Amino acid sequence: MTSTAAADAASAPASPSAASVPGPTTARTRRGHKGGKGPRERTAELASSLAMIVIGVAFLIPLLWVVLASFNESATLSVSWPEKWSLGNFRAIWNTETTFRPLGNSLLLCGGATIVTMVAAVLCAYPFSRYRFAAKRPLLLTVIFATGLPITAIMIPVYSLFVQVNLIDSMFGAILFLGASSLPYAIFLTKGFMDSVPVEIEESAWTEGAGVLRTLWSVVLPLMRSGLSVATIFTFVGMWGNFFVPFMLLLSPDHLPAAVTLYTFSSQYGQVAYGQLAAFSIFYSLPVVALYLIMGRSLGTGFAAAGGVKG
Amino acid sequence: MSALAPERPATGPVRPRPRRPAGIGDRLTLRRAAPMIPAAVLLVLFMAGPIIYSLYLAFTDKAIRGDGASKTSFVGVSNFTDALTDGDFWNSVVLTILFTLISAVIGQNLLGLLLAVLMERANRVISFAITSIVIAAWILPEVVAGYLLYTFFAEGGSLDGILGLVGIPPQTLLFSAPIVAVSFANVWRGTAFSMLVYSAALGAIPGDVQESAAMDGAGPMRRFTSITLPLLRPALATNLMLITLQTLSVFGLIFIMTGGGPDRKSQTLPLYMYEQAFSYGQLGYGTAVALLLLLIGAAASLVYLRLLPEEEKR
Repeated sequence: MTSTAAADAASAPASPSAASVPGPTTARTRRGHKGGKGPRERTAELASSLAMIVIGVAFLIPLLWVVLASFNESATLSVSWPEKWSLGNFRAIWNTETTFRPLGNSLLLCGGATIVTMVAAVLCAYPFSRYRFAAKRPLLLTVIFATGLPITAIMIPVYSLFVQVNLIDSMFGAILFLGASSLPYAIFLTKGFMDSVPVEIEESAWTEGAGVLRTLWSVVLPLMRSGLSVATIFTFVGMWGNFFVPFMLLLSPDHLPAAVTLYTFSSQYGQVAYGQLAAFSIFYSLPVVALYLIMGRSLGTGFAAAGGVKG
Repeated sequence: MSALAPERPATGPVRPRPRRPAGIGDRLTLRRAAPMIPAAVLLVLFMAGPIIYSLYLAFTDKAIRGDGASKTSFVGVSNFTDALTDGDFWNSVVLTILFTLISAVIGQNLLGLLLAVLMERANRVISFAITSIVIAAWILPEVVAGYLLYTFFAEGGSLDGILGLVGIPPQTLLFSAPIVAVSFANVWRGTAFSMLVYSAALGAIPGDVQESAAMDGAGPMRRFTSITLPLLRPALATNLMLITLQTLSVFGLIFIMTGGGPDRKSQTLPLYMYEQAFSYGQLGYGTAVALLLLLIGAAASLVYLRLLPEEEKR
């Protein structure tokens, strides 16, 4: 089995955390081995680039629509270059009723739920990562199983239970449920990142008499900062886009987040003003796009690697 | 609770690693398990609770209004037999399977794999730009994606406009074949995930294996089928499982685009479930449908697990 070991060692720089090494980089180093590009490889590169462009254009058109329509006061359903660029659509929705309150509600709902999820996940991941116990494997499998559970399928009983305990239309209840529903994945991700923090560093903290929470806060968490931010941002982005949960659990306009008011946008105004719909979509999408730009590709790659390959 | 109990009276030899400082790598004691309590409470109350409750609810006639509202009574398996004899239910089952096959198993999966392979070969700038676009489609909120794809497929939308340029008459897919339209929409929205999974998996395949095969005279096609694909098998199985489970439960995207219509032609199981539970108020029946949906998901997962190579199953 030495050959496998050698192969593992060879790929080691690329494999330990796919989060920091996106695909294109590995491709580059591999190509580097071979030296210069032959004519054959150049043809392959050209053909591949062309194929990517074709696929990319197809993906781009709907995105183009939302950007162009938002600046076009007479936007239609079809993507078209605005005859007159204007900020009128943004100005029309620039008020508390349409934009600020829903976005504020989204922030409260998703921010609150993200805090709930991450605090509970970090606390839970620590014993999972550091101690031995008989039920560890079954519990971990349960957590992994729960990550695959479609939340859609349990919303009716959740709704029914929330009605009985009078939590319907309560922001607090929605925050707790949204937080709990993202918890399995967050525990799974956090434990993975925590496992890669070497135990030796904590051991000295332990011998100096620091308690569990102290060690976790001042030794472990700082060492897994990047992993933790990936997990946090991913949790938040997932909640920000979630429609079904707030749609079911929140009712009054005062509590509705942007996901739900965007759905009611068309019915509220009768004749749909597509330009304004596009402008609101842009406001609503801006936070997740910004987080994605800040995190770079590690957000997607790290998550897909953790969830898909190890899963 | 025995698992959490402090060290049991010596069963077997003394602890294997006596030099380790007390604390780490040790057995979990009740006190040490305390940090797990918040997560445990949340998961029991909001996840395990509803699941167990749904096992009860599915066998009752609980309703928002009407008979089952004032007094809920136990109705045995009649919710399930009602579902299994309802034409609309089977319509939804067929549409759900179609939707999952077209959009996840074929669309997202193959397009994601293709993109992952292409991005290794294509020009780096182009590859970066295109993958950014694909990922942007993925991170957008579900409702926004629903509206964007609605405008794309709608009558007088972008698709008609583009087809018109090359002289093809408007397709109005949202009316003629809404399940195809929402499937394409789901491909648009979900492909990035498969692309990222496969890109990471391809990156982990050591380059020298490919090189030595190339030196032995294996062409690109041959190398792909006999080296890349077998090595991708674990990623393939897990990716298929994850995107299938995800696609089975897609609600918002279809709800925004078609609302399940026209004439139930795009009403997948989650939308059928929603209609039964909230438009008709039949919470018990809706829950039974949800359990059947979970059953389909579990069956699909079992199939994919068989795709995993033996050593990965553990």
